[in-house]
Amino acid sequence: MRINRRIGVGVVALAAASALVLTGCSSGGSSSTPTASANLSAIITANGSEPQNPLIPTNTQETGGGRIVDSIFAGLVYYDATGKPINDAADSITTTDSQTFTIKLKPNQTFSDGSPVTSNSFVKAWQYGALLSNAQLNQSFFAPIEGYSADADSPLTGLTVVDDTTFTVKLSAPQADFPLELGYDAFYPLPDSAYADMTKFGTDPIGNGPYKLASPTAWQHNVQIDLVPNTSYTGGRKVQNGGLTIKFYADLGAAYADLQGNNLDVLDSIPSADLATFESDLGSRAVNEPTAVFQSFTIPGRDAHFSGQEGQLRRQALSESIDRDTITKVIFNGTRTPASDFTSPVINGWTDSLSGASVLKYNPDDAKKLWAEADAISPWSGTFQIGYNADGDHQAWVDAVSNSIKNTLGIDASGAPVPTFAAFRTSVTDKSISTAFRTGWQADYPGLSDFLVPLYATGASSNDGDYTNPAVDALFTKAAAETTTDAANQDYQDAQNILLKDLPAIPLWYSNITGGFGTSVSNVSFGWNSEPLYYAITKS
Amino acid sequence: MGGYILRRLLQAIPVFFGTTFLIYFMVFAMPGDPIIAMFGDKTPNPALVAQLRAQYHLDQPFIVQYFIYIGGIFRGDFGISYSGVPVGDILLRTFPVTLKLAVIALFFETVFGILVGLISGLRKGKLFDASSLVISLILISLPIFVIAFVGQYVFGVQLGWARTTVGPGAPIGDLILPALVLASISFAQIVRLTRSSVIETSSLDFVRTAYSKGLSRNRIVPVHILRNSLIPVVTYLATDFGVLLVGATVTEGIFNVPGVGNTLYQAIIRSEGPTVVSFVTVMVLLYLVVNLIVDLLYGLLDPRIRYVK
Repeated sequence: MRINRRIGVGVVALAAASALVLTGCSSGGSSSTPTASANLSAIITANGSEPQNPLIPTNTQETGGGRIVDSIFAGLVYYDATGKPINDAADSITTTDSQTFTIKLKPNQTFSDGSPVTSNSFVKAWQYGALLSNAQLNQSFFAPIEGYSADADSPLTGLTVVDDTTFTVKLSAPQADFPLELGYDAFYPLPDSAYADMTKFGTDPIGNGPYKLASPTAWQHNVQIDLVPNTSYTGGRKVQNGGLTIKFYADLGAAYADLQGNNLDVLDSIPSADLATFESDLGSRAVNEPTAVFQSFTIPGRDAHFSGQEGQLRRQALSESIDRDTITKVIFNGTRTPASDFTSPVINGWTDSLSGASVLKYNPDDAKKLWAEADAISPWSGTFQIGYNADGDHQAWVDAVSNSIKNTLGIDASGAPVPTFAAFRTSVTDKSISTAFRTGWQADYPGLSDFLVPLYATGASSNDGDYTNPAVDALFTKAAAETTTDAANQDYQDAQNILLKDLPAIPLWYSNITGGFGTSVSNVSFGWNSEPLYYAITKS
Repeated sequence: MGGYILRRLLQAIPVFFGTTFLIYFMVFAMPGDPIIAMFGDKTPNPALVAQLRAQYHLDQPFIVQYFIYIGGIFRGDFGISYSGVPVGDILLRTFPVTLKLAVIALFFETVFGILVGLISGLRKGKLFDASSLVISLILISLPIFVIAFVGQYVFGVQLGWARTTVGPGAPIGDLILPALVLASISFAQIVRLTRSSVIETSSLDFVRTAYSKGLSRNRIVPVHILRNSLIPVVTYLATDFGVLLVGATVTEGIFNVPGVGNTLYQAIIRSEGPTVVSFVTVMVLLYLVVNLIVDLLYGLLDPRIRYVK
């Protein structure tokens, strides 16, 4: 009888539970901004993922490790919330010809173990990162520096140590916005102790940034990493909290549940299943704003019907047949912003009024006309397909884009899923993919050039569609040698007007950051690269 | 008895080589280059890719990779994960967590499953029986992730009775909710198994004899009915333990348990051969040991089953 009653209670609880679920998650919205004064010893918890590699700056390319490395190291510059570079370890970075840069460090800086930060800390770390046989994932970032080779071991001859706090960098060609790159983690310094056993160093790194590891075993693999403020750091990123615990989640859903259950203070990505409801769940604690992520699909010129005059017409027709406004609203719940160029709205120099940008507007009549013109050159045959990796969240939008194309142009269009990301990227990289394919780009530094040159310059590293146009190349070279940012940005915009005609990739939209924070934290803001500025977060 | 155990343990050797070989082959046969995937949407420099492939022996034919791996195992070296951590360390860190989770789940499903099943069987056709059958049917038909999400949302987010995810060190208190979720489906199976087994045993002659001898119900139910009804249940529990170790992947993901399932899932995504193979191999070996223990338990439950020579 006792057990019987217990089961009864269980059934009631289950019913109550489902009622709670059915009525939905309408408890949010109580925008209680904490007014209590900030607690300088409170630990902030944030989401992350197990770093893919040991925490060596030149070898950290994914976000899981990146956010930790950015917190425990200080480069020559850091970026504020708007992406503006501010001197961190550097005292000044000067040049007269945009090709040779003189870098002076602030005096008396140390790593968290007390060893000094000198010119050598930077130069040796860069030489290490650029050497092919060290197989560092960020190796290509050193490409602009004189002496770099992608194919063989080759020292960076462009680096010269003048004294303990001064060194010079000579590039193989002028690049006006080179200083803008220097906040990226590839350019962080390393202490001398790192070189004895780099892999071991990577499991317990010593940095010069605002945070340091709480202990040699602070990195609990697959669980979390505990960071505490580094008192020897004197740069501008002054820590406003008592430490940072980055919890690793394999599944974003778990992180979102933790945010709702008050087990997590900051979440920088909302799982796609919750995108429709997170803003009503979290109220004023929800974040949804554009970031430096550009998304597109690329049609290689080698594909039949997509080269020359015919190809140009077909690309424009495809672009005008996509209803970006509706797709971003319906498929992404407004967490994407329709693209109006090839870069991102958070980058200095971005504009939504490029003269060729009308090709990115939904215009079915014009699209049909352009397609017919192309058919007059050579009649269309076959199916238009967009390749994507099926293990990501891509199917919904690929289907929507294909449908938009199909309905407008009256041709057969569909998605072409590839089972895994590894298989998808391998077929893109070795150019064996025979369809158009989705492409995305997250910038490494906040400059227009980073969205354009690696993707559309002839022979560039990530030019997966093998696009080539001498006029575009000439504008890229001209922009690099300009002495003012405004002049360079003008060149990049001119180049983009050509790109908008040629459409080597069809711009789709910019990703928004979708995130949220808990009731007890404030001053949560996200940097230009969609990473939370952890040091500024306060907790009551 | 000793010879029987030895024979069973020797059987584990070909199973070990067979599984490691097969799994290594499957990881190797997965499409795409894991090194290229490390670079995301960027296209890496081919010389750098070649360098990294060599570093992880990915440029060797799969048979060579396999023997490099097996050779390492015999020196106690399970290889290095892509994040630079020895796989042996990862095994030592994650297996205890999953074992803890599986044991708690096993405890819940065994105790409650047998109890509910026994009462249902004894009170066949009554209200308790009917409602336990309905509840077990609901639990069996719900996918585990639905139960997990509902449990997490209701007890973690809304009521705050449990932590939404498992904290560092995986304390037992944090593991109870995921263990209950994990146990729910097997609980329902055990209720049904025990119930039908109890009903069948209750109608056998020796039970009627026991009643007619005037033995008390308190003695007949545990000693005569329950003990004789447990063999199918114990067999089920043995296979279920393996399922718990592997099937924990979904539950571990939802509750962010730093265990085997979660780690294995990520290793598969990254095509980390040594990690995947080591994890699955240890799972297989555990599974073999548990099944051996269960086979030995049969002798205790039913004296007619004996292992002679």
